[in-house]
Amino acid sequence: MSESFTKGMARNIYYGGAVFFFLIFLALTFHTTKEMPKRDNRHNITEAVERGKELWEVNNCVGCHSLIGEGAYFAPELANVYDRRGGKDGFKAFFSGWMKSQPLNIPGRRQMPNFHLTDQEIDDLAEFLKWTSELDDNNWPPNIEG
Amino acid sequence: MSTLKYQSQAVAKPYFVFALILFVGQILFGLLMGLQYVVGDIVGGLIPFNVARMVHTNLLIVWLLFGFMGAAYYLVPEEAETELHSPKLAIALFWIFAGAGVATILGYLLVPYSTLAHYTLNELWPTMGREFLEQPTITKIGIVVVALGFLYNLGMTILKGRKTAINMVLLTGLIGLAVFFLFAFYNPTNLALDKYFWWFVVHLWVEGVWELIMGAILAYVLIKITGVDREVIEKWLYVVIAMALITGILGTGHHFYWLMTPEYWQWVGSIFSALEPLPFFAMVLYAFNMVNRRRREHPNKAATLWALGTAVMAFLGAGVWGFLHTLSFVNYYTHGSQITAAHGHMAFYGAYAMIVMTIISYAMPKIRGIGEAMPNRAQVVEMWGFWLMTVSMVFITLFLTGAGILQVWLQRLPESGEALSFMATQDKLAIFYWLREIAGVFFLFGLIAYLASFFVKEKVAEA
Repeated sequence: MSESFTKGMARNIYYGGAVFFFLIFLALTFHTTKEMPKRDNRHNITEAVERGKELWEVNNCVGCHSLIGEGAYFAPELANVYDRRGGKDGFKAFFSGWMKSQPLNIPGRRQMPNFHLTDQEIDDLAEFLKWTSELDDNNWPPNIEG
Repeated sequence: MSTLKYQSQAVAKPYFVFALILFVGQILFGLLMGLQYVVGDIVGGLIPFNVARMVHTNLLIVWLLFGFMGAAYYLVPEEAETELHSPKLAIALFWIFAGAGVATILGYLLVPYSTLAHYTLNELWPTMGREFLEQPTITKIGIVVVALGFLYNLGMTILKGRKTAINMVLLTGLIGLAVFFLFAFYNPTNLALDKYFWWFVVHLWVEGVWELIMGAILAYVLIKITGVDREVIEKWLYVVIAMALITGILGTGHHFYWLMTPEYWQWVGSIFSALEPLPFFAMVLYAFNMVNRRRREHPNKAATLWALGTAVMAFLGAGVWGFLHTLSFVNYYTHGSQITAAHGHMAFYGAYAMIVMTIISYAMPKIRGIGEAMPNRAQVVEMWGFWLMTVSMVFITLFLTGAGILQVWLQRLPESGEALSFMATQDKLAIFYWLREIAGVFFLFGLIAYLASFFVKEKVAEA
């Protein structure tokens, strides 16, 4: 590196650049959080959805599944499982049956544990997944398979 | 016989030793998960995949933190030219952190996760069950306490001593690490906000402040092993970290493409994160440049190899493999696929596992009173460990990339109705997963060779 470019200049670029871009990042974050209500349907977050999110968390669902592409890649994407598995007419029935029939015990197949949820809890989780499926996430995933 | 400039540098030893013990655990659970990918019911319901994954990723994070702390305790006193403020505090914090870490991992393994959440009163302040932040809230509070004590100890040391660029950059990185971890305590009911600010921990750690820590450790080791003028190395350090933050902060946008966020993130994230390989490329140029301009032949060849290796592998794993899927129109198809897993593995190994092994390689012979370097025979074994682990990681990455490309081809690109389902696609990827598992076994052999190198002694001259 050229001798005329000194350590002091490099240090100033570091401090100046970091502060400048962090401030831009904060400004964009501020703007994003202002825009978010248009996309997250927060008025639809019922108490059931709230309880469903907590169930999602305390059973570590994200340890196998992904939710809008984030999480583990061991089991199917679930942000659109509501649409994939029956939607308005069929999802809840499918979901309840699915949760109760775990583990499937098919030899060699990846096993989902049985989390021993009550009917109420299964319904809460279903409400959370329904709300999640309605989020405006810029049209991801590309198709129904997630 | 100690070969340390400052006796308090020795507190780094338990940190390094424990980091490597956790590293072994991480790899063993990784191998188990790799098998579960192809033989889903391999251990029955004994260790479900989500538990194994939590152990695998949490052990990684914790052993890297132990490594960073050990590195800081080792290099800060020497840079500041004074003893550590309180070696006793450093040792006490070691035991607190190690105890909390072991208890948390045992909690994951011994009781169902929901029971652990219940026992640790998660409902009072729910923070659990989010990727990488699975620790019980009480553990998270413990991490903050340990971090505060650690920063206090280092801060007091630097205050009374010399304030070198390396020390200041390292301290800034570590403070940033602690500050951004606080977002782990923010878990709103609204998933849109939860996900957005979750990245303030995850991205701003690994593509932000951790790069400062890596840069500072690398600069320190390069000064020691090459004897190149500090002014030159510190100038490079500033250039690298300036580029890292200028690209990396707005580069966070590449995680905001598919959240409940405005479309402009697709432009901001694509442009800035496409530039994120630059600091890593600069790091490669600088590491090789400094080693070529070396003013002394340092006897620790293994440490030099790790220093060059971490620069190259960080560039490949974080830089090149990150770039592969960072542009929004590519990411639309690759997001959350095995491509992501491929990138994650090589980036963490190249940038962070290897920088910790670089400082361990440099510091341990001195802490153990062996001298500037391990005996030649030990270094040969250590280099076997280096090459086996590094080449295995390249193969793990290539096989996961192959799996990812096929996954995108079968599951993501076709229209709904034509695309294969997730599980059907996984069956088609089995050959890649088997090959990845084999590469993983070779990685374990490399790790064993690496650990064995610590016990290799000079051949006793024959009488």
